[in-house]
Amino acid sequence: MAKAAPQSLRKGIEVSISMAEAAMQANVDVVAAYPITPQTHIVEHLSELVADGRLDAEFVPVESEHSAMSACCGSSASGARTYTATSSQGLALMHEILYIASALRLPIVMAVANRALSGPISIWNDHGDIMAERDTGWIQVFVENGQEAYDMTFHAFRVAEDHGVLLPYMINFDGFILSHVIEPIVYWSQELVDQYIGLYEPMLRLDTKNPITMGPVGIPDIYLETRKAHDFVLRESKATIVKAWDEMEKLVGRRYRPIETYKTDGARILLLTMGGVSETAMTAVDALREAGLPVGLVRIRLWRPFPFEELYEAVKDCEVLGVVDRCLSTGGPGGPVASEIKGALYHKDKRPKVVEFIAGIGGRDVRVEDFQDMAKKTLSVADGAPLPPFELVGVRE
Amino acid sequence: MLYEIRFHGRGGQGAVTSAELLAQAAIAEGRFGQAFPSFGPERRGAPVMAFARVSDERIRNRSAVYHPNAVLVLDPSLLKMVDVGKGLAKDGVIIINSANSPQDLQKEYSLAGKVASVDALTIATTIIGRPITNTTMLGALLAATKLVEIGRLEEATTNRFGPLAKRNILAMRKAIETTAFGWS
Repeated sequence: MAKAAPQSLRKGIEVSISMAEAAMQANVDVVAAYPITPQTHIVEHLSELVADGRLDAEFVPVESEHSAMSACCGSSASGARTYTATSSQGLALMHEILYIASALRLPIVMAVANRALSGPISIWNDHGDIMAERDTGWIQVFVENGQEAYDMTFHAFRVAEDHGVLLPYMINFDGFILSHVIEPIVYWSQELVDQYIGLYEPMLRLDTKNPITMGPVGIPDIYLETRKAHDFVLRESKATIVKAWDEMEKLVGRRYRPIETYKTDGARILLLTMGGVSETAMTAVDALREAGLPVGLVRIRLWRPFPFEELYEAVKDCEVLGVVDRCLSTGGPGGPVASEIKGALYHKDKRPKVVEFIAGIGGRDVRVEDFQDMAKKTLSVADGAPLPPFELVGVRE
Repeated sequence: MLYEIRFHGRGGQGAVTSAELLAQAAIAEGRFGQAFPSFGPERRGAPVMAFARVSDERIRNRSAVYHPNAVLVLDPSLLKMVDVGKGLAKDGVIIINSANSPQDLQKEYSLAGKVASVDALTIATTIIGRPITNTTMLGALLAATKLVEIGRLEEATTNRFGPLAKRNILAMRKAIETTAFGWS
């Protein structure tokens, strides 16, 4: 176990600010970002850190998110450690270039404050923005609290820049319910950060003295094989992801897994969550357990590559799984996470029934009582009630 | 023990900052604190809320505060338009920036629960030189609840305001001395 952190490293700080300072501790070379709405305080604070001389980096304030990700691709291709942050419409505008970043195997790290997409115009929290970027070929992790958002910044550089991975990495942290919250975060010492991520050593880079081509045409004879290689390396990255979490545990004592469980022993039903509402759900599970109800919680941390085995291991023994989505697949099967879970379980002989909830859309608050209600409805299905259609939690009819 | 606080103010009065300072003071004590705004459009003068939680144990609930143990009202004009006592916990306390007595306020606005008042406007105008009452009202909160150590709150205020902190701290101390309680 790591030693307890000195009190001076434990700060009451806004989660976004701590992430900017983690990027500073990671000694990034280039930050390219579109510095107005929709943004968080991350890039605002990074621009201050650069202006104040505390971070020796190039801050490129571009004219759009499309340009932000394009500039990130250029700087990463030239061998610079590259970081950016965005949210909602900004992420949507990056969409086209996200595929380029991953196909070029550029280890860009990006924080995404998950927020709703227009319309109607919304600045509030849900997972509508990120679900549209599911298949962009990036590593995608969802965090549950500020400490994890800060820690994951180091994990992201460590994994993305590994020569066996070389893929861009998105840290998803919920807009407002995480991004704007002040809470205790234990900082790493600079020595520990340096030890964990070291210097970035590019495998290939754009260099006028040794010219190479990046991003050529993929004719039908090679496009398929290129896509297969991308899929392969993203799936295989899971081992490096877990190994880097193991090493983080040795350094700071916090343990992160692709799938996490909470009070699942003896649970007949489990709720499944992803991101910042997970801790509110734990509070609900605590209360229900105290009342003697056999309920527990499963949380997805690693969204891409999807941890199929770990997920199955976590849910196989429950009777009914209540999946809590933060996004509505309009005109589709309900929630995108529930669709993936059902797909992952379909061919298993032993599998739980799946009840679907869609909660916290466009910033609608998800209360402890809402999770208790979802758990009780899921439990009623275990007790024989018919499987309901997906439910939009708290919707006014 | 989890203690939840709701702040009522108007955009620009610093309700969010007071929630943040309170959480930072609790965290500096080695305890747990959480603060966040009610996430609405930010308009100067519009009614706003902010929330804080203080606990000896890790805080996991990230939803808004619905059953506050304490409510701070930074602007008395809100009493006419906002139900500041909504959801107040049993034995909860409402602390109001007003020159009127707690008894008069309780009667005039039919407030349930315990009421305290402090003339934060006069204190802030006199000592800070601006009609911004957020730090003064934190003093009143400490007078009513002793929720965090005054030293830690002063430390958080200094970290936030730098050279301007001194007057805010004096205003805070003045509020601790002059807050009137509608209970004995």
